[in-house]
Amino acid sequence: MSATAKREPRQTGREFMSWKIWSLKKSVWVFHVNTGACNNCDIEIVNLLTPKFDIERFGMKLVGSPRHADALLVTGGVTAQAAPRLREVYRQTPKPCVVFAIGACGCGTGIFRSGYHIVGPVDKIIREIDPNAIIAYVPGCPPKPEAMISGVVKALSVL
Amino acid sequence: MIEALQNLFWILIFPGFVFTVALGLFASWIVRKVSALVQWRVGPPLFQPLYDIMKLMGKEILIPQDAQRTVFLAVPLVGLAGVLLLSTMLWRITIAQTAFVGDIIVAIYLMVLPSLALILGSSASASPHAAVGTSREMKLVMGYELPLVLAFIVVIIKTGGQLNLAEIAGYTPALSISGMLAFLTALLCVQAKLGFVPFDIAESETEVASGIIIEYSGALLAAWKLMHAMMLVALPMFLVMVFLGGFGTAGWPLVWGIGKYVLVLVLLILIKNTNPRVRIDQAMKFFWFYCGIALVVAVILASIGNYYGISWL
Repeated sequence: MSATAKREPRQTGREFMSWKIWSLKKSVWVFHVNTGACNNCDIEIVNLLTPKFDIERFGMKLVGSPRHADALLVTGGVTAQAAPRLREVYRQTPKPCVVFAIGACGCGTGIFRSGYHIVGPVDKIIREIDPNAIIAYVPGCPPKPEAMISGVVKALSVL
Repeated sequence: MIEALQNLFWILIFPGFVFTVALGLFASWIVRKVSALVQWRVGPPLFQPLYDIMKLMGKEILIPQDAQRTVFLAVPLVGLAGVLLLSTMLWRITIAQTAFVGDIIVAIYLMVLPSLALILGSSASASPHAAVGTSREMKLVMGYELPLVLAFIVVIIKTGGQLNLAEIAGYTPALSISGMLAFLTALLCVQAKLGFVPFDIAESETEVASGIIIEYSGALLAAWKLMHAMMLVALPMFLVMVFLGGFGTAGWPLVWGIGKYVLVLVLLILIKNTNPRVRIDQAMKFFWFYCGIALVVAVILASIGNYYGISWL
């Protein structure tokens, strides 16, 4: 679990940004992007909404449009078909936003590493269009819902 | 000058913007919390709607390339202004008795403004999903406006031709057969106006990805959310004033009035949580056919009751 953050803008204008970041941490709206995952991670993501985990306690909820999202949950090692779509979805997400690479495939293409259709892990595709993107990694095949919640909490605490 | 300042204070601070927004955010917390409890979850903390609005205010506003920019940007404020005016009017009638003849008709017009604003805004956003949402919202508005107006006609007949909300609030039409029928159908119409679940066809997240508001982000989305929060105050309050005998201003009548408001709100939430989404043709059929017939019966009963002086009909 590691998280990379934009360095320079965080230090300049920190006071002005602080209420934005503070309220962003309090209410993270999540958009789920599947870039060729086997659906296992997706089922675990849906698990987060069930009574057992209930991420609405932390103000998180799944939204239907990337324009409403603050975090993109990206599952799957990105396929050649899905890469342009992932870039477009990232462009259409209002900033500041966080990208979560969920599962072994999202973090580093996993067992599909040598597949002919795989063009790279999530962070590579995102960094092609935004080198300063905030990307957090939650490995696992699939990651447990507890692991995802802990990943989100850790990533938000370094913002 | 003093009077102008006082009017401004009414509209912006006390019964108007600040007060209604605070109440509305609390009401939308109640909606989310009760839904969570129904689904056996814990639900969001008390200030969650406020955090949501703050966060949206701090986010970037993206405008689609092909969008009609002026309409896209201006229309959330039109919707917000409509609900603001409605709720200020209702509170002023309750607190200061500043009613005028025909204000129920003005209120019906003001209630259409948010839906119209949504339709305009989504069709200005040049998105195919929003276009589907727009067409659904238009059909839904056409569907529920007829039964809603018929329900108010029942009330006007029951109260002997009153067109003044302060006078109407003195009666309790829901304590009769026709009034109860009218109240129940108006409740379902308000459900559709609020975009709550059996009738959230226009912004169904699973099919058209939140449809009408799909292209809105940042502060503009916050304006829509605020508008919805204020509608959560104004529309149940309007139902309470028209059908359930209104609010008092002090003591037990005030507590009883708040109780009636909470009753209407909880009824809306329970309908929201126990029903699946209907298709647009099912919604139109429901509103025009079933609600229409029920209300024609209610109008006839109310007229008979009014003519022969039978108050329970």
